[in-house]
Amino acid sequence: MTALLNVKDLRAYYGQVQALHGLSFSLNEGSLTTLLGANGAGKTTTLRAICNMVRSTGSIEFEGAALTSRSTEGIVRLGIAHVPQGRGTFTNMTVEENLQLGAITRKDHAGIVSDMERMYAHFPVLKQRYTQQAGTLSGGEQQMLAVARALMLRPRLMLLDEPSFGLAPLVVRDLFGILGKINREDKVSILVVEQNAQLALELADQAYVIETGRIVMSGAAKDIANNEDVRKSYLGY
Amino acid sequence: MELFTNQILAGISTGAIYACLALAVVMIYQAIDHLNFAQGEMAMFSTFISWQLMQWGLPYWVAFVLTIAFSFAGGIAIERVLFKPLAKAPILTNVAGFIALYSIINSSAGLIWDFTIKQYPTPFGSAPFLGSQLISTHQAGMIGVTLLLLLALYFFFQYTRVGLAMRAAASLPESARLVGINTSWMIALGWGMAAAIGAIAGILIAPVVFLEPNMMLGTLIYGFAAAVLGGLTSPFGAVVGGFLVGIFENLAGTYIPYAGNELKLPIALALIVSILVVKPAGLFGRHIVKRV
Repeated sequence: MTALLNVKDLRAYYGQVQALHGLSFSLNEGSLTTLLGANGAGKTTTLRAICNMVRSTGSIEFEGAALTSRSTEGIVRLGIAHVPQGRGTFTNMTVEENLQLGAITRKDHAGIVSDMERMYAHFPVLKQRYTQQAGTLSGGEQQMLAVARALMLRPRLMLLDEPSFGLAPLVVRDLFGILGKINREDKVSILVVEQNAQLALELADQAYVIETGRIVMSGAAKDIANNEDVRKSYLGY
Repeated sequence: MELFTNQILAGISTGAIYACLALAVVMIYQAIDHLNFAQGEMAMFSTFISWQLMQWGLPYWVAFVLTIAFSFAGGIAIERVLFKPLAKAPILTNVAGFIALYSIINSSAGLIWDFTIKQYPTPFGSAPFLGSQLISTHQAGMIGVTLLLLLALYFFFQYTRVGLAMRAAASLPESARLVGINTSWMIALGWGMAAAIGAIAGILIAPVVFLEPNMMLGTLIYGFAAAVLGGLTSPFGAVVGGFLVGIFENLAGTYIPYAGNELKLPIALALIVSILVVKPAGLFGRHIVKRV
């Protein structure tokens, strides 16, 4: 398997404060990888650094192309869709406009229309609400819209920042089921940052554990789930 | 009664110009969160360009189209050169930038074309409109052109990809970048469009206020008032605000004793302030509420 994303010695800074201290990891093509860690460990910063939304040094390569010198929008155009923390929904626009915005860099009109239908098949609730202002959707529906919006890019890689945040457990199950399906059927590689470690480890095939800006453990998700330290710190048993 | 109708219609026609300027102000406010104090001067300079082109012998509408194109490019250039570098600067730095722009444009216009008042032609003529004494053909033309412009803008923002991208970039810049929109160019485009809209306002009002470097001063104050009254976050509100301010101004000047031309500006503004006391975000503006 070839590495789709290769991160080496990544250091990130918020002003004078260093948030990542030389982080290295890689993602395989077609994989579903999770990044686990406590609050403040640097999970969100890692995702933001990949999209050049925070000042960083080190090397990040996506399919051999260096990302660090590119603008956020240039990185997105390479096929990296980022669903940020808080979802980034355009709340004063309709559900349909949000989906159109996801595909705003694409020129293939017919493809966009058929992808829109595919999203409505993945997330039937969005179809019922397509003329509604996105801000009036429930939290779970907005998270589904955010994932659908990201998929409209036809990304090679999707970055998800705490998709389970603030959602009811049943809704989270549903959402993660769809993420797995998207990963298998649409061949989208996924990097998901989660606090809900148990669920994330069930879903993922690869996992990294991050503590205070460093990777402290990596491996197959099922091995990580069986690791005693991880169980104590993140799974609570 | 005829006087009343007459004043309402006259109010709507000058209100159309305030609406255009308010719209230009709101477009830039939406993009960069600052009021463009130099919007009126930009419009004045554009109007001078069109006047110069006509002096050189070009027909009115050719000069009109060329001026719009020049203003569009000029607006983009101003953003690239002056305001893009100030994007992360504090508010006061930006205010200083706007004041600098204001006086640079004002003085350059005075230097190039001097401060004497010039006649400016109207393509619509100034005969009574459709034989009625209520409104002149130029006033009707002002209303007509403004309504066409508003319609065109509505379709642009509602039904085109670039329009959608501009709205996205204005409402949530970070999310817009994350779907691949070049927000920096969207801001520049907003400046270009604002400058072009301002040029139309200047060209339409010039036959009424005459052409000179300070011609837009009063108009801009009304334009600001209109934008604030309608709500700085709402283009639709800016337009409604423009028409309302135009009507207030005319009715105040006519019906309030002793007001006349001298006091109609303060009276109209006082009325607007009293509305804002009740609705601080403007008639159609939204309070930005953030979930925490």
